[in-house]
Amino acid sequence: MTTPSSPPPRRETPPFWRDPAKRALLFQALMLAALFAVIGFIVSNTLENLDARGITTGFGFLHDTAGFGIVQSLIDYTPQSTYGRTFLVGLLNTLLVSTLGIAAATIIGFLMGIARLSPNWLIARIAGAYVEIFRNIPLLLQIFFWYFAVLRSLPSPRQSMSLGEAVFLNIRGLVVPAPVGGPGFVWTLVALAVAVIAAIVLVRWNRRRQAATGDRLPAGWISAGIIVVLPAVVFIASGMPLTWDIPKLGGFNFSGGITVLPELLALWLALSIYTGAFIAEIVRSGIQAVSKGQTEAARALSLSGGMTLRLVVIPQAMRVIIPPLTSQYLNLIKNSSLATAIGYPDLVSVFAGTTLNQTGQAIEVIMMTMAVYLTLSLLVSMFMNWFNARMALVER
Amino acid sequence: MLHNNKTLLCSATAIMATLLATGSAQAGETMDAVKERGQVVCGVSTGLPGFSTPDDQGNWEGIDVDVCHGVAAAVFGDASKVQFVPLNAKERFTALQSGEIDVLSRNTTWTATRDTTLGLNFTGVSFYDGQGFLVKESLGIDSAKQLDGAAFCVQSGTTTELNLADYFQAHDMSFEPVVFDTSDQTVGGFEAGRCDVLTSDTSQLNALRIKLSDPDSAKVLPEVISKEPLGPVVRQGDDQWFNAVKWTLFAMINAEEMGISSENADEMKGSEKPGIARFMGSEGNFGEAMGLPADWAYSIVSQVGNYGEVFDRNVGAGSPLNIERGLNALWTEGGIQYAPPIR
Amino acid sequence: MSKLTLNTTPVDARPAPKRSIGAIAWLRANLFQGPINSVLSLLAIWALIAGLTPLIQWAIIDADWIGTSREACSSGGACWVFISARFEQFIYGFYPSELRWRVDLTFVLFAVMIAWLALPRLPAKKLAAVLTLAVFPIVAFYLLHGGLFGMPTVPTHRWGGLMLTLVLAVVGIVAALPIGIVLALGRQSKMPIVKSISVVFIEFWRGVPLITVLFMASVMLPLFVPTEVDMDKLVRALIGITLFQSAYMAEVVRGGLQAIPKGQEEAAAALGMGYWKRMGLIVLPQALKMMIPGIVNTFIALFKDTSLVLIIGLFDLLAIVQAALADADWLGYSIEGYVFVAFVFWIFCFGMSRYSQYLERKLHTGH
Repeated sequence: MTTPSSPPPRRETPPFWRDPAKRALLFQALMLAALFAVIGFIVSNTLENLDARGITTGFGFLHDTAGFGIVQSLIDYTPQSTYGRTFLVGLLNTLLVSTLGIAAATIIGFLMGIARLSPNWLIARIAGAYVEIFRNIPLLLQIFFWYFAVLRSLPSPRQSMSLGEAVFLNIRGLVVPAPVGGPGFVWTLVALAVAVIAAIVLVRWNRRRQAATGDRLPAGWISAGIIVVLPAVVFIASGMPLTWDIPKLGGFNFSGGITVLPELLALWLALSIYTGAFIAEIVRSGIQAVSKGQTEAARALSLSGGMTLRLVVIPQAMRVIIPPLTSQYLNLIKNSSLATAIGYPDLVSVFAGTTLNQTGQAIEVIMMTMAVYLTLSLLVSMFMNWFNARMALVER
Repeated sequence: MLHNNKTLLCSATAIMATLLATGSAQAGETMDAVKERGQVVCGVSTGLPGFSTPDDQGNWEGIDVDVCHGVAAAVFGDASKVQFVPLNAKERFTALQSGEIDVLSRNTTWTATRDTTLGLNFTGVSFYDGQGFLVKESLGIDSAKQLDGAAFCVQSGTTTELNLADYFQAHDMSFEPVVFDTSDQTVGGFEAGRCDVLTSDTSQLNALRIKLSDPDSAKVLPEVISKEPLGPVVRQGDDQWFNAVKWTLFAMINAEEMGISSENADEMKGSEKPGIARFMGSEGNFGEAMGLPADWAYSIVSQVGNYGEVFDRNVGAGSPLNIERGLNALWTEGGIQYAPPIR
Repeated sequence: MSKLTLNTTPVDARPAPKRSIGAIAWLRANLFQGPINSVLSLLAIWALIAGLTPLIQWAIIDADWIGTSREACSSGGACWVFISARFEQFIYGFYPSELRWRVDLTFVLFAVMIAWLALPRLPAKKLAAVLTLAVFPIVAFYLLHGGLFGMPTVPTHRWGGLMLTLVLAVVGIVAALPIGIVLALGRQSKMPIVKSISVVFIEFWRGVPLITVLFMASVMLPLFVPTEVDMDKLVRALIGITLFQSAYMAEVVRGGLQAIPKGQEEAAAALGMGYWKRMGLIVLPQALKMMIPGIVNTFIALFKDTSLVLIIGLFDLLAIVQAALADADWLGYSIEGYVFVAFVFWIFCFGMSRYSQYLERKLHTGH
């Protein structure tokens, strides 16, 4: 017991290492110093090593002539183009296979995910076997399998498998006719654009009308009709200005048409089948996460099976599905870099492979490559977050 | 948990340290590091008959391999003290730059870029080559001029890839490059029909043709579209090691010119002829100047052989490849193999 | 909108309920519920018969199993002789044959440790964890690499095959775990600098493909360190894999940390425990249990990803089979080779994923 006359015990300021706030500050300062020390160490070593070994540095090489050919390019490219151009060609090829892969993997994944929950025992088992087989085998092995074991056993161009003398499949790839628009063809495209916009407007109007009156039109069928009929009418009216560039066998290979390289085919197949197996699992667990009461309530309101799925189950399941789906998309983009193993000219193969080897400027090339993938990851994440926010529960 | 982490970290550090210690540690002084290690680490191809290829027992053989044996003989007096590291075209320069290997002897073409901006030094030419084309006999083609629009299997990261583009631009023709990482894969692609033409150095084409299931189904076109001087490579900035590798090659060529071979090296060792005496190390101290034993050149010739022997054994008349000496004959015999004198 | 109508005619009596047990009832309930399902089922049955019959014919009935050379493969089916002739190489790589007992011993030790950890009935899990994480790596390293007690050294460039695949995956995961824990704690830290460094580190490694990381490790790492230090190719690949994997591990750890109620840490703080005590004694031990399925899943992903080292020239299982396919004596058996590799990977990955699902179920009931 203290006597009332004595002064209250003064709280001594604790030494700074006992004060969490100061300690945190000190710790962070030390951490920052360590980080800078490590970075400094690496940078100085690198500069010293580059200098000692006489390796050129800088980004000047991007303006030098590349001097090698690339088998597939979405933009104009010749061996006289610069290394900067090879970067673009590789980037576009990466984007091409990623986009194709994401589209196919999403379709396969949703089909298989729904099939896994099918009341049909056999279908559910087949979908289950698909998922368990393909997600447990390394992607690289699957790429090799499609490329070296399957596509390598296709016949030579002269013995191509053909479909109606227009589509050909051989060891050099898949050759399909290319559409060539005539002078008036642009109007058909315009009509198509108008039809799509009209359909969107119709769907929105229909939704508002339904909210207001409870009445709804079969907007899906009507908009499909608009999208098909309007361009078709314009197309016929303008005298059908579209011809097909049918591939012809001549010289060493088919000329004309569009050739899908076997490397692209193999990569596309492997990426979409592999990623599709993961997406199927995500879709399955997403649908299962929607409580059964929701379906039962929808059926009690006499919604049809399709409407239940479309209006009740999928919107709720999507909220569970989208975040893991995003990371699968990111994985697919990153995995497309395995292209280098079979020589599909993607960014890693063309730029981080051949360009790096011809210029020897590893640091610049690898940094640029990594920056591209980081940017792509960031963009896809941002888009999917936006999409997720739109799908999120709107609470009234 | 915390305790676990600490022990884990310690053990990881210990393992790392051991691996670092066992890995080859060297800096500018490659020679010292090689001597300390007791082995020359030599980068070779992943398998190219005649140049560097493992036999059934996993022993490496070939002309590139023998150059490495020569270096080991010069440094240690024992040609067997070599460790071979198989590399593909893409990784070869990195492996050399990073110090993973001491010398790269992997049918590598000497070019200005590689000699300068890549930080490498070419020590000489062990084989004069040129790029050619291998086509299926069934195509009925006799000249490269008929190859407009053909698909070419080519190894990526090589000068071949660049020459191909040059040639087709110069002749205003189009081509479709199908690139692979290893020469095995290019042969696979060619054989399966992924491409019409296999292009590489002509010596390699001969070697790769033997690998086909039916070698007679393909032929090499007469055109040679480039100069491909192939030779051993070392890092820039270490002149002593550069000299040792360079003069190993020169010693092999000089030996052939002087008529010294693995068979007569022992009798020639006592020779009083000034040139031969200098070569054998009984006169002068050329070895010492390079950081090598006095009898370095004798060791090379007696254990590995002279250039002519190496050539015949691996790619020439004594091998399945049966490549003619051609440019690779000595300058005295109509070729361009010419080594500076040892004096 | 339809009008409400009243039907006054009596409804017919319903037929007797259909059989709900027995094979036919099962078929009806599971395969032929309606026209669409019936068609689908028939299609599926047809596809299975059309697809599996030739496969079984090729892989089992027509296959050649015994022999040593390609002459033994004459029946037109799969040539498993190719696998058996090269089996040792696929498992051990170029490891000297007289020293392979060391690899076998490591495998056995590893299997024992894993069984000890994974089977719930066996006692002394803590001891097992310490042994696996701390003692086993050292023992395994000296067994595989040699250099102790007069055991001859086997340089890493002779390692290969399944053995190398396992080394890469196990070392990658074991080394990534502590870094992942530190990163996850850093990400949850209230200190802004620590937090941002962790976030940037994690997101960087998660945003780039493993291939570029391996390229960086094999091409650039030697430039980052002083010239005196020269790292083994395998070590460089391991450093790359570990850094890459630690970011994924950090996210797994974060998930585990978030699953622990905040009250736990607050209670520990109320007892006067410092940060490291709170984490090390209260939060992490609980979180670690929750993380095991996640860790197993990460391990599966890493196990599959190790096949990428073939691109930087290490001979893992896939790479060594790929190399064997180019052997002139065995040309044309690529399908057999790939099927074998796929089978090995599948067994490992499927087994592990089943184990992690089992754990998830077990943990689920616990809460």
